[in-house]
Amino acid sequence: MKIAVCVKQVPEGSSRIDPETKRLDRSGEGALNPFDANAVEEALQLRDTSGESEVVLVTMGPAKAQDALRKALAMGADRAVLVADEGAAGADLVATSYALAQALERERADLILFGQQAGDSDGAVLWAAVADRLRLPVVSQAAEITHGDGKVTVKRQTEFGYDVIEAELPAVVAVSDAINEPRYPSLKGIMGAKSKPQETLSLDDLGVAADRAGERGSRTEVYALGDPPARGDSTKIDDDGNAAQAILDFLAERRLV
Amino acid sequence: MSTLVFLEHHGDELLKGSLGVLAKATALGDGEVAGVVLGSNVRELAASAGNFGAAKVYVADHPQLEAPLPQPRVDVLARLVEDGGIDTVLFANSVLAADVAAGLAARLDAGLNWDLVDLTWEGAKLVGKRPALQDSVYVEVGWTSEPRLALFRSGSFDPSATDGSAELEDLQVALEDFSTAARMVDQAHEESEGPSIEDAPVIVAGGRGLGGPENFVLVEQLAKALGGAVGATRAVVDAGWYPYATQVGQTGKTVSPKLYIACGISGAIQHKVGMQSSGTIVAINKDANAPIFEFADLGVVGDVHEVVPKLTELVKQRKGE
Repeated sequence: MKIAVCVKQVPEGSSRIDPETKRLDRSGEGALNPFDANAVEEALQLRDTSGESEVVLVTMGPAKAQDALRKALAMGADRAVLVADEGAAGADLVATSYALAQALERERADLILFGQQAGDSDGAVLWAAVADRLRLPVVSQAAEITHGDGKVTVKRQTEFGYDVIEAELPAVVAVSDAINEPRYPSLKGIMGAKSKPQETLSLDDLGVAADRAGERGSRTEVYALGDPPARGDSTKIDDDGNAAQAILDFLAERRLV
Repeated sequence: MSTLVFLEHHGDELLKGSLGVLAKATALGDGEVAGVVLGSNVRELAASAGNFGAAKVYVADHPQLEAPLPQPRVDVLARLVEDGGIDTVLFANSVLAADVAAGLAARLDAGLNWDLVDLTWEGAKLVGKRPALQDSVYVEVGWTSEPRLALFRSGSFDPSATDGSAELEDLQVALEDFSTAARMVDQAHEESEGPSIEDAPVIVAGGRGLGGPENFVLVEQLAKALGGAVGATRAVVDAGWYPYATQVGQTGKTVSPKLYIACGISGAIQHKVGMQSSGTIVAINKDANAPIFEFADLGVVGDVHEVVPKLTELVKQRKGE
């Protein structure tokens, strides 16, 4: 079974939005989106329980998204594909899902995994757009995945409880962050990551026309950045034995008790 | 403007979040607002949207729409948007709605803005507001073409009940082959007992910091003293400490009580999205670096096992019990 894992590089630590471009500032250090580590882990577990399998990482981002890929390779993924092109900058869901679908089309994986959301943009929708472009079934919020007989069985967690959904392969599945505990890369994994195959593709290589990519290919825009509405004062106290009284006074003042 | 609101249902009820978005769409007061209900045996349910401001409700009533799976819904909506001259489609966030909205965005090459908390007209432009980067900045977003798709953060708007009736229009159902390649095999949904926590004015919620299921009694006692309901995090529900019906978060209930007291809850994003619109948030946690303190109105760094029972006693004393 061939498993593709779509990952994203997110800024390390606290992020900021560039007031000039109104895009997320991606100039600092990059890290693997923490939610994607769950998808990588799940792919590795599925690979290791079914012989003859390969885990390939697919990402779109700046050239230094290599950093995020290297972390996932160090965890144990077999190789990586990076779509890096200046023309892809500023892409929204429509443009990103189109380019990513073209990259995935080349790979023809049996199973395409995503993490549950992007830690920077809070986006939690890309898989469904990619699945539609690839004309493949999609299941999200997977808390458990099993496979066999040309299909995957997914335990999906929703607002109301668990669903069990079966999907024919190839399929797209987005995993919940409750599905597993991602492993830490071993020293051997980290050393080995550098020699694993990494391919960088341009939009041209994928046959993505310039007007379907990046900001030009996007259908949404950002007008302005503003301050959030004031939430009122936030107070933090250490319990010195009187915290319960402090809470009661606070509630009484707000007429909540 | 011709707006369509995706009305999601569970069992024989339209979801509160969807009805809230319907109220918002109606309040925008520009052009026509219609709802759409997709399911099996849902004509009566669709008609009930008339009591919440929809003058027109499209309904696709088909056995293949019974299971809450996104892709068959994308097929029906894509045709409706294209044939019905609809320029704006609004969704209340949920596991299902997010997948439907994104699938539709790809199908129609339509812009999707997510996690919105508001939508307003500014001149000739429709502008959405999205809190970003842990809500530290509010981003104003828009669309460069129609149709425009918007997914609203849970609990952004309250439904508004009206005396109305909706005209129903039936939709044809024709599905793509890949849309039926995923099938619902089983649904393990616990039926909740007692009133839903979604309507409780006060919620006291417990997380892993309680240490074990036996300590949930501390949370229950405080909830009882305050006349509130008990909530739980995904971690403790997954661990079997407390029933699913009490789960607050992304995969659980979205609540906005007047008072939310979080006991031993770290405040991970999964939990936060379900309770961040609460009026007042009080958090008690022994980890001073827990993310919950970033959005609590009052944060107490302390041991829940000591603070919570003391608080329960003080509340009881105050109420003269």
